[in-house]
Amino acid sequence: MEDWRKNKLAFAIFMGPATFWLLVFFTIPVVVIWIYSFGERGPMGQTYLSFSFDNYLRAIEPIHLKILWKSIWIGGLSTFLCLVVGFPVALGIAFAPDRWKNPLLLVVVLPFFTNMLIRTFAWIVVLGSRGVVNNGLGWMHGQLDWLFTLVGQPDLMGRFVPLGLLYNNYTVIIGLVYVHLPFLILPLYATLEKLDRSYLEASLDLGAGQWRTFFSVLAPLAMPGIVTGCLLVFILSMGNFLVPDRLGGTDSLMIGNLIAQEFNKARDWPFGAALSFAVMYPVFIFFVINALRARFKERARGRA
Amino acid sequence: MTDAKPIISIRNVTKNFGRVTAVDNVSIDVMPGEFFALLGPSGCGKTTLLRMLAGFETTSGGEIEIDGQAMLGVPPNKRPVNMVFQSYAVFPHMTVFDNVAYGLKVTGVPKAEITGQVEEALSLVHLEDYGRRKPDQLSGGQRQRVALARALVKKPKVLLLDEPLSALDAKLREAMRLELVRLQHSVGITFVIVTHDQDEALSMADRAAVMDRGVVRQIAPPGELYEHPNSLFVADFIGKVNMLEAKVAGQSGGDLVVEVEGMGRIAVPHEGAAAGNISIAVRPEKTLLSADKPGEGVLALKGKISDVAYYGNESHILLDTETGVQFTSTVQNDARRTESSVAIGDDLWISWAPGNTLVLAE
Repeated sequence: MEDWRKNKLAFAIFMGPATFWLLVFFTIPVVVIWIYSFGERGPMGQTYLSFSFDNYLRAIEPIHLKILWKSIWIGGLSTFLCLVVGFPVALGIAFAPDRWKNPLLLVVVLPFFTNMLIRTFAWIVVLGSRGVVNNGLGWMHGQLDWLFTLVGQPDLMGRFVPLGLLYNNYTVIIGLVYVHLPFLILPLYATLEKLDRSYLEASLDLGAGQWRTFFSVLAPLAMPGIVTGCLLVFILSMGNFLVPDRLGGTDSLMIGNLIAQEFNKARDWPFGAALSFAVMYPVFIFFVINALRARFKERARGRA
Repeated sequence: MTDAKPIISIRNVTKNFGRVTAVDNVSIDVMPGEFFALLGPSGCGKTTLLRMLAGFETTSGGEIEIDGQAMLGVPPNKRPVNMVFQSYAVFPHMTVFDNVAYGLKVTGVPKAEITGQVEEALSLVHLEDYGRRKPDQLSGGQRQRVALARALVKKPKVLLLDEPLSALDAKLREAMRLELVRLQHSVGITFVIVTHDQDEALSMADRAAVMDRGVVRQIAPPGELYEHPNSLFVADFIGKVNMLEAKVAGQSGGDLVVEVEGMGRIAVPHEGAAAGNISIAVRPEKTLLSADKPGEGVLALKGKISDVAYYGNESHILLDTETGVQFTSTVQNDARRTESSVAIGDDLWISWAPGNTLVLAE
């Protein structure tokens, strides 16, 4: 097992298909899009390769930056809410009796068996003006109305006006949290499941209460899972265009919608490509800094 | 120690996991300043008992008192005990200093006092210069010292140690035994240690409780456990024994007369009564091998050597005796020679003084 690196042939056989797949279906398209981002839209929506920075200059115009900023805070808030909702769930499953773990994990991933579009539409059924929530509220309103009429106050309740629960930023956040919750729960669960329980017992033994143990021991030790889960949810939320498109209002446009618009309706591929890369560059820089920091840390450890 | 109040009083404690009884009606008193060992094979309930003392398991029945206080319903963080975990559980995301300081910080000890106390605890375990290291830069033995310092800095009434030496290599383990005893003497705290290793319990503990399938079989100082085991289980678990089945035939003065197949009627010194079918046993190092039939006044069996196991300092010689039971005799290799004085197939006599016979009624 240890000298698998030395066996070049086996290495090539196992790594070959994956490398080929990534190269052909990921790297090459990304490079093509990257080249497009320096191009120019022709009058019929064609793409001319002209190597200009015009698209990038357009991408950082205030109106587009505003959308980008909005995507960041909606993505960030969704991620935070996912963490708040998902942590107790992951913890609960990790600490559940063994025979309950797999059924509970199945429940978490069960929504994935339904198409995301259907799941998003389901929220319209729930939150719409004739949806489950409003119907429920309407029914309660009717009952109260009947009660008040009975005691001689027929006009107290007035007419029921359905609440405008759909088509705003909050609905978008609800949708994003709902759709991405499993992406947070699963990596977090994996980390918590491996965690040695005696760390938590040691903390209690040393006099710390449950909350102190949570924040001083459990959360720091679960950090790899928290970071992975949050990164996944944030990236997926920020780039999501289906949820804001279906559940958002007129001002709920996110960067994903803008990019989709440019590629579809506007047929301005070069600008769409530039917008995509405007989002990707910071991510690249983040990863480069992270890699450098890890290497620096390694060296510091080597010296110690 | 006789009229002192016990620091730990375990009375009729039982623990059930579903239908399994892990600890069955156990009663133990541990005195202040004692080094007490819970000894037994794996699955005997010793760790469960320790975890009940720490508060990580609830009792299914019975009472536990620590320092005069009933522990029922008291959570682990409110108990006057601290624990050294088998895996050490040294927090990997904190420095050595922060690990030791943790227990003080969470209970609101003023910052000014923490530094001094932590340094004192670290010097107690000889880790003065390691405060700024992270656990992954320490060896297993050093991590264990951190776990010890972290528990001792809390100045608990009782320190609980769960198999503390099992993860160390043999040489280090022996050094740590002495170290733990030294530490216990210098801090004067009661130690309760869980171990499956009889050598560990014998060499460190003032007293030990031998447990078997949830039940305490004997509580005694090491010497008494070894020389006066009260049952076949204790005799067999602590050290090696050569065992013979016997039938009580009567009493004669201070001696018990028993009938042993192949030996006839023999008299062995025994206090107390015994009747029916019992076992008699003798430790391998208390036997002698001789080519000629030994004289009067000793118990002897004839046999043929079936194996010689060489351990450097001593050899274990296995003998198929005439009674059909295999006996082991330990021979000190006290002269410098590489050839064994006996060979497989030799006919020899194995003998021992009647006073060295263990009478095991259970």
